[in-house]
Amino acid sequence: MAELEAESTTASQRPRPLSPHLQVYKLTLTFLMSGFHRVTGIALYFGILLLAWWLIAAASGPNAYANFEWFMGSLIGRLVLLGFTWGLIHHTLGGVRHLIWDTGNGLEPAERELLALATIVGSVSLTLVVFVVGYLSMGGPR
Amino acid sequence: MIGQRPNEMRTPMRRVRGLGAAHSGTGEFWHQRVTSVAGIPLTIALIVIVIALLGRSHAAVVQILGSPIVAITMLLFIVNMTYHMWIGAQEIIVDYVHDDKLKLLTLMANTFFCFAVAFASAFAILKLSFGV
Repeated sequence: MAELEAESTTASQRPRPLSPHLQVYKLTLTFLMSGFHRVTGIALYFGILLLAWWLIAAASGPNAYANFEWFMGSLIGRLVLLGFTWGLIHHTLGGVRHLIWDTGNGLEPAERELLALATIVGSVSLTLVVFVVGYLSMGGPR
Repeated sequence: MIGQRPNEMRTPMRRVRGLGAAHSGTGEFWHQRVTSVAGIPLTIALIVIVIALLGRSHAAVVQILGSPIVAITMLLFIVNMTYHMWIGAQEIIVDYVHDDKLKLLTLMANTFFCFAVAFASAFAILKLSFGV
């Protein structure tokens, strides 16, 4: 009994454990893809304004549409579209990964790693394919 | 109150329904899954539509965006995605914003933003379709 009390005293004097946060964990691919899913989700939340602008500009008339085309044709516009396209594809593939997990599959360590790798490799390569097809459909880079 | 602990404020009926403090239970969890499944074909469709319209004149874009199949697809995309992002942003807000006033303000701002994007985009698509 005395031993137990002594132990509980030292335990109460020890600093209480702090809740671990992002920086104490080893950076793994699955961890990174989890973060990417949330970050691309937030980016798309605001990125949808680009789609809204496109639709509203088209509905407003030729002048408004010319402004939209000017922005999208600029270097910044193209980079924003590249980022939006990658975010959209990455979030979609990440969502498919979550749907697979919802069925109870793909949760083993090796499967998790494979799914995480497939998400990032898939999103980058599909984005490149979309951009190549997009430029080809316009008759080459302008 | 048979079967209840003395400090338990919830009734057995409330526990059985399992709806929790928000009175909506797992409804939004399920809706997020439904909108994510619907989002897969709609996202593919959006990418195809955008590529098909790249570099086209304003008149051609208006005509194609206003055609029934394209307009219906775009409307479905907008409604599905604004609802999906409304739930998603709400989940992020309740995860990170702990101050009550700020939480209520950001939750409200989230609703305003999603409704504004949905209605503005939907109006634009309908205007293109009906040519008013």
